[in-house]
Amino acid sequence: MSITRRRALVVASSAGIASTFDLIPRPSLAADEIKIASILDESGNLAEWGDPMAKCMTLAVEEINEQGGLGGHQIKYIRYDTQSNDQLYAQYASEAALQDQVSMVLGAITSASREVIRPILDRYKTLYWYSTGYEGGVCDFNTFCSGTTAAMVVRALIDWAVPALGRKVYIIGADYNAPHATAKFIEAYTKQDGGEVIAQVYYPFDVSEFGDAISKIQAAKPDIIYSMLIGAPHLGFYRQWAASGMKGKIPIISHFFGGGNEEVLLTPEEGDGIVSCYGYWEDIDSPENKAFLERFTKRWGSNHPYINAIGMGGYEGTKLWWLGVQKAGTVDRVRVIEALRSGISWTGPSGNIAIDPQTNNVIRDVYIARAKNRRMEIVKRVPGMRPLFTEQYCNLIKHPTTQTQYLP
Amino acid sequence: MDLTLIICLDILNGIAMLAMISVGLAIVFGIMGVINLAHGEFLMLGAFAATVSTNAGVNVWVSMLIVAPLFVGIVGLVVERLLIRLLYGRMTDTLIVTWGLSLFLVGAVTTLFGYTIPGISAPLGSVKLGVYSFSAYRLVFTGLTALTFLVIWSFLKYTRWGIIARGTTQNPEMASALGHAPHRVYAITFFSGSAVTGLAGGLIAPLTGVVPTMGAIFVAKAFIAVIGGGAAIVAGTFAASSFFGAVDTLASFVWTPVIGQAAMLLAAIILLRLLPRGITGRFLERRI
Amino acid sequence: MRDVCNSGTLFVVGVATAIAVLIPQIVNLYLVIVYSNLAIMALFALSLAWVWGYGGILCFGQSAFFGLAAYVYAVSVINIGESTAPFLLAVLVPTVFAAVIGALMFYGRVSDIYFAIITLCVTLILYSLISSTAGPQFHIFAARLNGQNGISGFRPLNLPGRSDDVLGPVESFYVCMTFLIGCYVALKFLLSSRFGRVVVAVRENPVRAELLGYDTRWTRTFVFTIGAAIAGLAGALFAVWGTYVNPSLFDLRMAALVIIWVVVGGLGTLAGPMVGAVALQYLGNVLGKQQLANTGMIYGFLLIVFVMLVPQGVFPTMQRLISRWSLRRSQYEMKLLGDDISKGMQGR
Repeated sequence: MSITRRRALVVASSAGIASTFDLIPRPSLAADEIKIASILDESGNLAEWGDPMAKCMTLAVEEINEQGGLGGHQIKYIRYDTQSNDQLYAQYASEAALQDQVSMVLGAITSASREVIRPILDRYKTLYWYSTGYEGGVCDFNTFCSGTTAAMVVRALIDWAVPALGRKVYIIGADYNAPHATAKFIEAYTKQDGGEVIAQVYYPFDVSEFGDAISKIQAAKPDIIYSMLIGAPHLGFYRQWAASGMKGKIPIISHFFGGGNEEVLLTPEEGDGIVSCYGYWEDIDSPENKAFLERFTKRWGSNHPYINAIGMGGYEGTKLWWLGVQKAGTVDRVRVIEALRSGISWTGPSGNIAIDPQTNNVIRDVYIARAKNRRMEIVKRVPGMRPLFTEQYCNLIKHPTTQTQYLP
Repeated sequence: MDLTLIICLDILNGIAMLAMISVGLAIVFGIMGVINLAHGEFLMLGAFAATVSTNAGVNVWVSMLIVAPLFVGIVGLVVERLLIRLLYGRMTDTLIVTWGLSLFLVGAVTTLFGYTIPGISAPLGSVKLGVYSFSAYRLVFTGLTALTFLVIWSFLKYTRWGIIARGTTQNPEMASALGHAPHRVYAITFFSGSAVTGLAGGLIAPLTGVVPTMGAIFVAKAFIAVIGGGAAIVAGTFAASSFFGAVDTLASFVWTPVIGQAAMLLAAIILLRLLPRGITGRFLERRI
Repeated sequence: MRDVCNSGTLFVVGVATAIAVLIPQIVNLYLVIVYSNLAIMALFALSLAWVWGYGGILCFGQSAFFGLAAYVYAVSVINIGESTAPFLLAVLVPTVFAAVIGALMFYGRVSDIYFAIITLCVTLILYSLISSTAGPQFHIFAARLNGQNGISGFRPLNLPGRSDDVLGPVESFYVCMTFLIGCYVALKFLLSSRFGRVVVAVRENPVRAELLGYDTRWTRTFVFTIGAAIAGLAGALFAVWGTYVNPSLFDLRMAALVIIWVVVGGLGTLAGPMVGAVALQYLGNVLGKQQLANTGMIYGFLLIVFVMLVPQGVFPTMQRLISRWSLRRSQYEMKLLGDDISKGMQGR
């Protein structure tokens, strides 16, 4: 037994040491390959977002390679799983930039992890694509954000909801940056539409008991509840809301709902009628989306979870970047950035997306949808929404060396 | 008046929630001294068992009260036989094994079921209290928690197995000399603790989001309640849950939920500072 | 002095120095960055190895000092600009914090698992409070705390006094390794001193130590504070390495990870946990690049298998194997000697 253990230890440590020195031969990468990397949480707490994003990105890469790549050069897609651990974001970003020397990194789901790798990729001069919807404000020449910004979806949602549902808005949100920042937009736009925000309460991520929240809402009697709750424990709010018999008494709108497939996790009795707004829903009825869903199902099987806007980000980001590459005719970072900022626009499964050269964010269609029977039915398509908050502060045309995030 | 009643009900609920998720851990830690870092994942398995079986057509009460505890109890038994038994007395090794187990269970459940499974609704409806309406199921939950505690307490105090378990806790060698093999007692203890945890998981399944990673938020709270409670399994967990649950809910109501959490943690620190052996290290001594 | 210069310590210092000197020559820039991170985690593990392995104090909240130091560095360097004072401040604040908490707890005779839970509560309180600082009203002078998003992109270390001379990755690696080796040697010296023996005595049998006249409360507080200072050093180096800080540095995962590292490496040794930290961090890095199966599942499975096969951790097992090997060797030599003697006697 001891001989076996000793041998095992020796073998294991030699292998370990050898691999750290990169003495274990890697399959050599063809010199004419274009390399891109994704740095996403594919396991751990955030896996439900990272995994679909990686799958969509894989599909995008395969489509591009089928169509010939760039002058015969195919894309090699390297996947990193950060295991819901921000340290690994820092590490893999450095690795992708310095070791693999990729042409583009699509990475980060949460804003926290984005802010970890954005400075690193800036430092090591690697193009960074952030595809997840976020609170807005990123103003960085090297970074492109193709997800919806909070101001854009809030504008769309409030403009629809306040005239239709009522004046008094009650905000209940998760206690982190995006909801706090977004609340300012909700307040501003509600006021512009003739309403007012009567209260704001925020709950840490791991609170799963919402008895007091529900009681407070019942006492306040709002016309609309604007929810910015996120994650599995916060799902408890919707469930306990329904269990208290409040379902349907006060409408709930939320541009967070749906990002975690909440409409599937909740039962129809709990979820039906909740209204959300995102840049993409599987239920969008367009030829591009139907074709995409067919290809996705063919590639990954029909037993896949509902593809939401966050997962779709992997596909959108890759395709948009590729448009820049094609226009520039090269993967050289500076030329691709120039090309991307010269008026790129794309019609895909999510409708129209155009890159805004002033902010490196996007002008895109957003869709207001209502939960029904564990799916979403589209209520309204709002085309051409601009990054309203970001463009107030960010001007990369005048100040191209900006590398920051503006916060309200 | 209505508001006071509602606050009281909310506090009771908060206490019940904390108590229910902690008592399984208290059983295992109290009798075996095992720190089970996979406790949150056992809760998750209970919730999944209840959800999956209800979705498959089993009556929701049967799923929550029978299927979930049985399933997690059996998982606990397997874990005990395969892993824990080899590590009696080696607390630090148990820490790693159970941490590894928790990672493994999350990964395994994710691989088998994915990240999103359709949830189940809370049964029963709601009760009206003036301008407020309250979930009837949550009231039942509180009642079931109290019942569970009563059952565990009576079991430990009055039945033969309970006495053997308590004896083995106090002096394993003596109990062994009297003919009660400790490893059998431990196996049954781990089974029971896991089953109770499974029950807790099943009961919270209609109230919160059921995803593979749901266990993480419960582990720390459960540990704090169990250790804060002290040596007595039932009385300690009950006392600690009452205190911490009340502090948390009340502070959340009066100020903000962040203050509620911080207040609960601060209360734990102050409590342990003043009562260095937990609540039942000082009061309610020699209770069960 | 002789206690410190035993073969084990010299071996560890030798290997570490060799790594420190050779690595930047052999590997590429990216791997130097990886190694810096591993060195920082090893330092972090060293702090708990000291507090738990030698002090006998299970601290479930070592991450509190780590994260606090990182935040103090970030906030100070944004306000001050030059990095020397922020770095010193970053080590000082958690040290003072630990001294206060330690004194409060140890003078109240709190111990064992109860103390561990208190430290867990401390790190979770810090997590809760810092997570909720998203709004603009939460700032320390010029530095916005920024809640979950944390603070990123601040300056790394520069040469003391020369604010424009920023350390590159290779120099930072040297700094990390210097601190690592330095702390290891310092702790070894401390252990071989009279105080070190008192520390171990308190761990082994606090009652007897107390009866012999040693103040266990003061000893424990001091041990705890030193451990926090080292953890703080690791935290400050981490902030410099990653140029980010966010509340995840305080969470349960971070607190549990360092405990796992220490146990895997070998509780009761100083070098073992350093190896454990490096190995497990590295494992996490490598697993993140495979797509065979869920990363957590594999990681958890390997941990379980490891404990089953290698009880007591890496270093003690290796020490046992080495001593068994050297015992066998000396037995073999004795046998040869015996054969020679009996041949000699037969020959007569």
